Amino acid sequence: METNATSPLLKLQGLSASVGDKPILHDIDLAIGAHETHVMMGPNGAGKSTLGHVIMGDPEYSVTSGTVTFDGQDITDLSPDKRSRAGLFLSFQAPVEIPGVPLSSFLRATVEGREGFNMKGKEFRKHVRELAKSLDFDPAYLDRELGVGFSGGEKKKLEMLQLLLLKPKLAILDETDSGLDVDALGVVSRGIQEYRKTCDGTLIIITHNTRILEHVDVDRVHVMVKGHLVHEDDAALIADIDAHGFERFEQAATPKADA
Amino acid sequence: MAKQRTEVADIDRSLYDFSYGEEAAEKLDAGLTPEIVREISAKKDEPSWMLEHRLKSLEIYHESRTPDWGPSIAGLDMDHIVTYVKPNTDQKSDWDSLPDDVKNTFDRLGIPEAERSYLAGVGAQYDSELVYHNMQDTASRMGIVYSGIEEALHDPKWEELIHDKFMTLIPPTDHKFAALHGAVWSGGSFVYVPKDTKLDFPLQSYFRLNAKGAGQFEHTLIIVEDGADLHFIEGCSAPKYNVANLHAGAVELFVGKNAKLRYSTIENWSKNMYNLNTKRAVCDEGGQIEWVSGSFGSHVGYLYPMSILKGRKSRCTFTGITFAGTGQNLDTGCKVVLAAPETTAAIETKSISKGGGVSTFRSSVVATPAAENSVASVSCQSLMLDDHSRSDTIPAMDIRCKHVDVGHEATIGRIGDDKVFYLMSRGIPEEEARTMIVNGFADPVSKELPLEYAVEMNNLIKLEMEGAIG
Repeated sequence: METNATSPLLKLQGLSASVGDKPILHDIDLAIGAHETHVMMGPNGAGKSTLGHVIMGDPEYSVTSGTVTFDGQDITDLSPDKRSRAGLFLSFQAPVEIPGVPLSSFLRATVEGREGFNMKGKEFRKHVRELAKSLDFDPAYLDRELGVGFSGGEKKKLEMLQLLLLKPKLAILDETDSGLDVDALGVVSRGIQEYRKTCDGTLIIITHNTRILEHVDVDRVHVMVKGHLVHEDDAALIADIDAHGFERFEQAATPKADA
Repeated sequence: MAKQRTEVADIDRSLYDFSYGEEAAEKLDAGLTPEIVREISAKKDEPSWMLEHRLKSLEIYHESRTPDWGPSIAGLDMDHIVTYVKPNTDQKSDWDSLPDDVKNTFDRLGIPEAERSYLAGVGAQYDSELVYHNMQDTASRMGIVYSGIEEALHDPKWEELIHDKFMTLIPPTDHKFAALHGAVWSGGSFVYVPKDTKLDFPLQSYFRLNAKGAGQFEHTLIIVEDGADLHFIEGCSAPKYNVANLHAGAVELFVGKNAKLRYSTIENWSKNMYNLNTKRAVCDEGGQIEWVSGSFGSHVGYLYPMSILKGRKSRCTFTGITFAGTGQNLDTGCKVVLAAPETTAAIETKSISKGGGVSTFRSSVVATPAAENSVASVSCQSLMLDDHSRSDTIPAMDIRCKHVDVGHEATIGRIGDDKVFYLMSRGIPEEEARTMIVNGFADPVSKELPLEYAVEMNNLIKLEMEGAIG
């Protein structure tokens, strides 16, 4: 396990966030070293997705205290596009549909002006088509409108395609496995491994199911309950949660009996 | 980050106050008189029936009320309407006196210098004569007539046809500005497509108007005979500036049996314009009219192209988009009359409002008792880009027939924050993300346009979106 204790790639310090007046994240401290794979687990509604969105800078949430530091830079007030260009990536749990926007033009726009991307149009299209094939994603979809009429599996494959296209330093995968059939799940796992292999990437995998983790080397596992990070351990915790669920963590988070 | 701002400032009237000489000032007080109308007619050396038509229209004009049901046209100086009819041609307006928004837009759209001056109304004729003549030659080899309507009126071969059709679809009694048009119309296009003739490239009035002088009271008359097929494109994306800020043109389209006419327009009048244009088409049995309409310019607009489906199984489609920005109140839509059995009408419109702009979609579908087994669908989607813009939908239906199927759906929405965030999370800056979503929204319309016009329309949207944030 590679750890860089002095300067992790991503560092959250005392991070609290709310949506409107409603606090959701409470005083989160988290450090992710470069090239590590972390897993964020917890019951539904624990705030895992919110955490991913806040790290990416979703204006839906406001940071009420604390800081987000990425690659040595305080990005707490940075807009999402700049976070993306700094090397952050969030794979959406529910990728959006944007009618009238061709997928191919969208992909082109995501790499436009990025350092290291100087592929010509033809070369770029070829590259994208190869990525699509490697993910069993029908290249015919590249001519369609972004997300429109895509199945859940196709949407998630498209997220993986962008992960491999943009090669971020850190990728947050928000429930990328949810609602997928076995085949699509296999493709997503392959995408994750490909990202680890070719980019030596750093991962935060948000999930409440352990299946997707079967083929991934996990460095640390974090448990989130009701907006708090309540526990952290090595990969062995996954099997433990698989067997016993989140109950003991939930009890720890709420001393009062809560129905 | 310094943002480029091309947002249009509020209308500053002083920009448009041009000084007139003493001679012109005398005429200002005269109002619109039969003498002025006679003078216009005499200059054109018209047939006497046209002079009579003008004088009759003038009477109707004086008798009719100014419309009060739509956006305010109080900014028009109705007491001195002659200033719109006869702007002082000797005015010393020059490039520097143009409003900045017009100049900026020329810059951004990359309009060539010579053309800019022309479009701005301050220069000599734009040198597009050659394009126009090539187009005209090809068309004429197929027996198609494509000329100025005033020229055609002087041709004994066409005078009678024009006499039979002129302002029969849009009679001067229709409304005050139709009457005004009837009295003072000037310039415009005449197209005649003989039976079973299909032209495989669009005729573009852009070149013709530039070559001959773009008018404010131009009359377009198109006759597509049985089985013939034509695509006509009116306008262009470049903002057209005119010191006299009233546009009351008329478009009359006659579509024969099993004939097809596509009439596309991109209108981008400068933002001082009152665009009170009237367009109407009539279709014989099996005839088809397709409207594609993009409204971007003008301060105030009233525009409702009308299709009269008078022959059995005649059809119309209307695909339109309206973009109302700061200082704009655009009332647009369309009208359909289902006047025969088994007619169909498909109306799909998009409207976008931004920066306090007001966009109103107004439609009228009338099914006469003769419209047995006809079908009409009306769909209007509106997008409001901020909290102080406005969008209204006013669909009217008048169904006088039992067996018709008329449907209407309207949605009014905003750009989803989740969509913007998604695009931004992939490295696309906010303004570009919003522009992308708006262009996507407009896509069903741009798809209907020839490629170069679609590109221009996307550029226009991009331009309108700049400075939309912050």
